[in-house]
Amino acid sequence: MDAEKNILEVQDLTINFHTYAGTVQAIRNVNFHLKKGETLAIVGESGSGKTVTTKTIMGLLANNAEVAKGTVKFHGKDILEMSEKELQAIRGRDIAEIFQDPMTSLDPTMRIGRQIAEPLMVHKGFSKSKAEKQALEMLKLVGITNAEERVNDYPHQFSGGMRQRIVIAIALVCYPEILIADEPTTALDVTIQAQILDLMKELQEKISTSIIFITHDLGVVASMADRVAVMYAGKIVEYGTVDEIFYNPQHPYTWGLLNSMPTLDTAKGQLEPIPGTPPDLLEPPVGDAFAARNPYAMKIDEEQEPPFFKVSDTHYAATWLLHPDAPAVEPPAEVVRRQKIYQERLSAGTINQGHIHSKGNTAFAGADDDDAIGE
Amino acid sequence: MDEKIKLPEDAFQPVGKDDKLDDEKIAAPSRTFLQDAWHRLKENKAAFISMWILIIIALFAFTSPITAPNPNSANPDYANLPPKIPGVNINGFNGTSIQGGQRVDQYKANNVPESKHFILGTDYLGRSLGQRILHGTMISLLIGLFATLIDLLIGVGYGIISAWKGGVVDLVMQRIIEIMQSIPNIVIMVLLLLVIKGGILPIILAIAINEWTTMARLTRAQTLQLKSQEYVLAAQTLGESSGKIAMKHLLPNLSSVIIIQTMFTIPAAIFFEAFLSYIGIGIQAPIASLGTLINDGQRNFQFLPFQMWYPAIVLAIIMIAFNILADGLRDAFDPRTSRH
Amino acid sequence: MVKYLARRIFYLILTMFLIASVTFFLMKLMPGTPLNNQAKLTASQIHTIYQQYGLDKPLWQQYVTYIVNAVQGNFGTSFQFSNQAVSYLIGSRIGPSAIIGAQGMILGVILGICTGSLSAIRKNTWVDGTANIISILGLSIPSFVFAILLQYYFGLKLQLFPVAGWGGFASTILPTIALAASPFATTSRFVRTEMVDVMGSDYIELARAKGLSRFGIVFHHALRNSLIPLVTVIGPLAVGIMTGSMVVENIFSIPGIGEQFVKSILVNDYPTIMGVTLLYSGLLCLVLLITDIVYGIIDPRIRLSGKGE
Repeated sequence: MDAEKNILEVQDLTINFHTYAGTVQAIRNVNFHLKKGETLAIVGESGSGKTVTTKTIMGLLANNAEVAKGTVKFHGKDILEMSEKELQAIRGRDIAEIFQDPMTSLDPTMRIGRQIAEPLMVHKGFSKSKAEKQALEMLKLVGITNAEERVNDYPHQFSGGMRQRIVIAIALVCYPEILIADEPTTALDVTIQAQILDLMKELQEKISTSIIFITHDLGVVASMADRVAVMYAGKIVEYGTVDEIFYNPQHPYTWGLLNSMPTLDTAKGQLEPIPGTPPDLLEPPVGDAFAARNPYAMKIDEEQEPPFFKVSDTHYAATWLLHPDAPAVEPPAEVVRRQKIYQERLSAGTINQGHIHSKGNTAFAGADDDDAIGE
Repeated sequence: MDEKIKLPEDAFQPVGKDDKLDDEKIAAPSRTFLQDAWHRLKENKAAFISMWILIIIALFAFTSPITAPNPNSANPDYANLPPKIPGVNINGFNGTSIQGGQRVDQYKANNVPESKHFILGTDYLGRSLGQRILHGTMISLLIGLFATLIDLLIGVGYGIISAWKGGVVDLVMQRIIEIMQSIPNIVIMVLLLLVIKGGILPIILAIAINEWTTMARLTRAQTLQLKSQEYVLAAQTLGESSGKIAMKHLLPNLSSVIIIQTMFTIPAAIFFEAFLSYIGIGIQAPIASLGTLINDGQRNFQFLPFQMWYPAIVLAIIMIAFNILADGLRDAFDPRTSRH
Repeated sequence: MVKYLARRIFYLILTMFLIASVTFFLMKLMPGTPLNNQAKLTASQIHTIYQQYGLDKPLWQQYVTYIVNAVQGNFGTSFQFSNQAVSYLIGSRIGPSAIIGAQGMILGVILGICTGSLSAIRKNTWVDGTANIISILGLSIPSFVFAILLQYYFGLKLQLFPVAGWGGFASTILPTIALAASPFATTSRFVRTEMVDVMGSDYIELARAKGLSRFGIVFHHALRNSLIPLVTVIGPLAVGIMTGSMVVENIFSIPGIGEQFVKSILVNDYPTIMGVTLLYSGLLCLVLLITDIVYGIIDPRIRLSGKGE
């Protein structure tokens, strides 16, 4: 991999939370990187550590969090080692974030124009009038109609979708290199969701930012991401390009996720939920954390943690099923169907394997997986 | 990354359904809401200590009819004696005070028999201040508790009815509260006490009558919220009577709001009793309450400061302990607003 | 907004009318007359005095006269000072009360805001702990005890300020401090709770994510949002000041309304009691009305929804 192009590198990140009940091992040995202009999706159930990961990158961890190990390098400099002053300089300028709930993430007592202008005044030293002028441009860019009139309105005068557009405007007003979107559409209606996702894609091209897209919704991932990392119980269990994760998944957890996702082809109404609940991270289980819910679990899963096995240059999965000695298992029907498509595309040469995002690939993911949107 | 890893032979045996790990296991012990609140309260040292202080004060106060039977027996010969604890020779506790620039043993000067001593001194009528403080504390606590009890009954009932009936009834009842709240409560109490003079009962009524509005408002808000909850709707649909629903579903869920508010009301009631007694329209002589004791004590504060200090300290400790305990209870019942 | 205001003012008048009526009839129920102490008066003398005060007429006539007069600001003649109109008495005493009341309120609220927000920003540190102890003390120590202690130690012992009496700014200092204790404690606790809530909100997190400094977050976002609700407790604070002024004015011998009220209570001076009752209630109603309007003005959410009404 081309190290220079990695604007963000997360290595061996391990974070513990000290609570009344004990120490919660929220994130354990997480590794990933982000290249310029790409979109990395981090997928997982709630409580899998996605949000903690983003908070670490922003340097906004709660007081009771402790970084036990690891580095988060932004252009080669470790964010975890930075002073609060240095972090403030990066936040909002180089790394920006969009929050989950647009209804609560805007200051109810401040005009939105001012809220959008704030990062410009802080980071670029713009005067108030200059910053607000640019805020107005940004407001137009995110598709607020009558922007001139509405720039002086207060948040409660906007609908949820509009507010999320405003939050996006705030995040992008300084043209950050990295945009972290933490479930940006979860709180919105399905139709609004699609609009917001389109807007994000459009803006990504315009201002060429990299996006870390946090979601529990695989359907959203298909249309947004270049690469996908699947998280479970504070660990990344599988990562690869979007095609590889969607059409050649290897980890039983990814299978479960795909199997529980509605598509037009799973017409028989058979959505299979993953049984059980994620493990308690106060005492993470030895071995594979997913073993208890894994119908394919083997003895070794309960004893020893699986390492990452390479599937392709860009595709790795942490499951003992990939061990050369492991017996072959039959994945769920839905996954078998997907893997068949994968083989066809592979031989036809339209699959993206280990190369960053070609045009054809976008078309592929977009065209064939529109059916996957929604939950 | 995928170099060969040595593994035991049977490593890849599939695991049967039965010997699966128990994934439903929850590491933290599960507790009910009340147990949880109690646990959080115990964790809060200041609140827990306050609770014990209050229990001890209450024990001393309510046993005072036995331990301190003569709070009102006056003896002019023993007037204004400073505190004397036998065997303790510290100024302030050895029966001496400064008179005309010299330290004088007041017990000797007044020919008090050797065997007689007043641990907290005496007042201007020669009554034992210690006994009067114990007695006064009991009266103050009684007034505070009973006023709060009445306040609780009126306020909770009013709030539940107002919220449950809704519509015009609610509107009228809320207007009444609004009007009540736009009269300064001290004025209501003073007027009432002028009409029904003297005695403990009028004071309890006067205090209760203006404190219930807050309780009523809180109860109403909480009831309104509960009213739309599904289990209450379900009970209604099943044809349970309103009274039964109130007892079975509303009261238990209102309990935390009520308990917290009660804890804030008691010190307020004690304060108002002291205030009214202090300005002279509360408890009438010779009955003691902390307010009257402070009032009596302040007249001689310059020369016999202990006469005001002691009742004032007791009053302050009670108020502080109640406030801290109330804070602690609020945090315990509502972890969201907790200080921790 | 106009409609809302009109409705509020209507309720204010209704409330005042009700209070006046209730006060009147309560006073009529009261045992004792101002003449109790002068038992030696002859029947004709008593009759003359009754005539002078209008006490010989039927109850409803007295009531109508009372209400009509009250609307014109005439609350009758004081029993205590036989030739002083109550309105004059109140007028001559309102100045000192207003001064120490306003000073106490402003001092208490400003100090309370400072301690409360500092305590929230430094949550769970020694700053927070100390502030908490001070505000619990302020809440728990009755104003009369506090006032007596202030008077004794700062007036009598250290002789820093006048012990009692009225004259010049110096004489207002101790009463002001005594009155400020309760609004200080209430404000400090209120602001702390609000601010802790606000500091944990998503928009503060977003402000941090924008790269704002701590200072910027507190001053541009947290303070405004936590101080707006403070307006709603101004009413109760005003009640506290009124209550406090009764004893504080008494202790420091300040010729104010509160001191007069307590005196009147002790000598059954009903016209004065009624007058002061109406004055206090009217003041509180006015404060509540004003704070309501101010709340609507400073909180954009209420301001704009009011416009649509």
